[in-house]
Amino acid sequence: MNLNFDKIGTKLILIVSITIALILSLFAYFSVKYQTQNLISEVERHANQLSETIRHSTRFDMLANRREHVHNIINRIGDEEGITNLRILNKEGEIIYSIHQAEIGHMVDKNAESCYACHTENQPLQKLTIKERTRIFRIHPDSSRILGIINPIYNETSCYEANCHAHFKEQTVLGVLDISVSLAEVDELAANNKNSMIFFTLISIAIIAIILRAAVAKLIRKPVGNLVKATNKVAKGNLNHRIDSPRKDELGMLASSFDNMTKKLSEMRVQLVQSDKLASMGKLAAGVAHEINNPLTGVLTYSSFLLKRVKDNPEMKEDLEVIVRETKRSRDIVKGLLDFARQSTPRKGKININEVIDNVVAIVANQLKINHIKLNKDYDHNLPEIPGDSNQIQQVILNLVINAIDAIGNTNGTIGINTKEITLSPYGVTKIHEAKCPKGHDLMDPEHKIDGRPSIKLKAKSSKNEGFMHLDPVYGNHNHHYGIEFDENEIIKLFCPHCGVTILDEIDKGPDCGAPVYNLIIPNQGILKGCTKFGCGWQKWDFIDKTGDSKYVEIVITDSGCGINKKDLEKIFDPFFSTKGQKGTGLGLSVIWGIIDNHKGKIGVVSEIDKGTSFTIHLPAQYD
Amino acid sequence: MIKEKNILIIDDEEVILNAIKKVVIYEGFTCDTSFSVSESLEKIQETRYGLIICDIMMPKIDGFEFLNILKKRKLSTPVVITTGFSTLENAVKALYEGAIGFIPKPFSVEELTSMIKRGIIYGKIYNEKRTCYLHEKKISLDFIPCPPKYYRLGFDSWVMKKNEKFANIGLTDLFLKSIGMVKEIEFMNTDEAVYQGGNCIKIIDNEDYCHQLLAPISGKIIDINEKIIINKSLLEKDPYFNGWIYKIIATDLDNELNNLTPCSSDI
Repeated sequence: MNLNFDKIGTKLILIVSITIALILSLFAYFSVKYQTQNLISEVERHANQLSETIRHSTRFDMLANRREHVHNIINRIGDEEGITNLRILNKEGEIIYSIHQAEIGHMVDKNAESCYACHTENQPLQKLTIKERTRIFRIHPDSSRILGIINPIYNETSCYEANCHAHFKEQTVLGVLDISVSLAEVDELAANNKNSMIFFTLISIAIIAIILRAAVAKLIRKPVGNLVKATNKVAKGNLNHRIDSPRKDELGMLASSFDNMTKKLSEMRVQLVQSDKLASMGKLAAGVAHEINNPLTGVLTYSSFLLKRVKDNPEMKEDLEVIVRETKRSRDIVKGLLDFARQSTPRKGKININEVIDNVVAIVANQLKINHIKLNKDYDHNLPEIPGDSNQIQQVILNLVINAIDAIGNTNGTIGINTKEITLSPYGVTKIHEAKCPKGHDLMDPEHKIDGRPSIKLKAKSSKNEGFMHLDPVYGNHNHHYGIEFDENEIIKLFCPHCGVTILDEIDKGPDCGAPVYNLIIPNQGILKGCTKFGCGWQKWDFIDKTGDSKYVEIVITDSGCGINKKDLEKIFDPFFSTKGQKGTGLGLSVIWGIIDNHKGKIGVVSEIDKGTSFTIHLPAQYD
Repeated sequence: MIKEKNILIIDDEEVILNAIKKVVIYEGFTCDTSFSVSESLEKIQETRYGLIICDIMMPKIDGFEFLNILKKRKLSTPVVITTGFSTLENAVKALYEGAIGFIPKPFSVEELTSMIKRGIIYGKIYNEKRTCYLHEKKISLDFIPCPPKYYRLGFDSWVMKKNEKFANIGLTDLFLKSIGMVKEIEFMNTDEAVYQGGNCIKIIDNEDYCHQLLAPISGKIIDINEKIIINKSLLEKDPYFNGWIYKIIATDLDNELNNLTPCSSDI
């Protein structure tokens, strides 16, 4: 473990360890002290009891003045383990009995430690409490501690009336029984206690440090390390890096806000790149326009001139017409580039879709031949002319056909192009641009798109769990994205994801299955109702239904190519999404989507891997 | 002795010169070609042309400078400006500097001939102001100028500012006269956007030549004069008042008026 004091973890471990060491030391100190005190008072009590026992057992011999007996008793008791000294002093301080024979007959200094308890005052005290009679001392500084206890022998009637007449009636204290007990054992116990306490403290600190270190590693070091790593990656320009922390704590919040920040940054960068792209494209367009237009002038003037002169030669005329038409188309493309530089709106005219498709087919005919692709055209020849920019629509169809050719490759596939006039009820066509909950919260979720459009986000509860679901933003379409699992025919409970208010209707029931109905408030366009039964597709939007059916031109472009997998299918209309790798810019389908949307139309895609893909475009035959 | 020829073509690219020359000769006009402005200035001294077709981007002296030189020399030969750099700004500038028409490259023979045809008549009306015959057809050569307070884009279109936002636009009598007989008019739709210098109306004459009128201002069409649709002769009778074409909500009226010629200067 390398200690780096700059690290939060090390600092935290250090602070906590010191605190714990302090607390445990204090605890240990007081605990040892208390235990020692207890032991000493136990020893004290024991010594006191012993001293009382001796006083009582020698009493009779004293009265009988059998000094030998007293000596025997004292010597025998003095042999007991732990008793360092046992002696009896007379009133004058002369040692009359002692287990140490040498002492007998010596005088004890009144100021000696065994006497000072009573003799500190001028007038010696006669009555003492047990505490006052006890003293702890060392004979040498190196020897173990000793507890001494004195027990005054008071004068009694039997004493001064005894035959020996050794004592007078006036005397109060006749002598002192002084017993000293070694505290070596107690001190050893206390020392052991202290040691085990220190050991326990150290072990505790070690365990806590290990736990803290692990916790710090998991709770702080790893997420912080991830954050630092992510910051470095972002600094190096990788804005797609995400931390995706599952944690809910402050660091988790930091991580998710970091993710959010990089996401916003990368979105901004995409926009920046796109606007950069657009700006440089504009400059390029303006510069290139002149260069392209001059040679085109030669082509267009000569070809239209020839066309004028070969009116009688239908074969040549037809070919020249192609040249003139395609040159004019090039001119319009260059003009489109210039217009684009000026960000003009599409030039609306009347479009004959069949003609536009024929133009596209003429352009790609060669490529179809090379790739051995069979083209099946099925036109509705009574197609109405629709309003729009024919060049843009041609670009859309051309792009889709080229995509189809790319998807087929060299596998002898088929491309089908069908057109027909259809009448669509607003059901399945009308887009929902705005939806609100009863409390007015916006339900549109621009982050979750269905068929390229922002979906309607709702909180959903099933019998098992709850989560979010996204409703298809096209009235009558049911490409909903369910975030949680539902059982067949289960009633889905729906709530506003912002305020949690229910959006279910209290009264209305679906006419098909009688299940509860949900209400989406569409600002200025009434209420959209729908059935909450899983699998039931009933929806009703009175405001739109009133406008009645309208005519559309349907263009279906199918190919027998490699297909698009489900995961990619959701994203193909996103800008910069490309499956062509280096070959594509990823702008094609997003531009197509934008053009169709500008024409108030709709584009959808169905695809199956290895079976093929089918794009369906609906363009309104009329719009304001 | 000054020679007379119909058309002088100025362009620095030989292919384009030859192409235009071919068309011009095919249509029965006489013409000269020139690679540069300085060369053409010499030619103008020797020959009187009915129309000059001039490119903008040329080395040394460009098309706009050429228009200025003509203005200084008080030469009123009508000039049609053509360019590959066909932005709306260039169209507006060309007409403002005195060109009678703007034809963006690349052009088809039809587009070129209708412009040439209109340019030649224009020259005759403007310079001679007398009845003449072109291709054996009688053309009235008197034209009514724009009323003062109006602004015009070249001699193509006019705008009458009603207030800060709204304006009426229409076509000048000279433009109409240079077309000859109007067979058909194709209008844009209401709510569509027009751009200053961009096409706003298509007029097909009785010889099926198609003429584009350039809009004098940018904005959104809010109304089309139904009376013209019913009665085309209204345009000829009253081109400046009852013969208005579109009512427009202008996007940038005051700034765009700076690119236009005030009609008060015509009188």
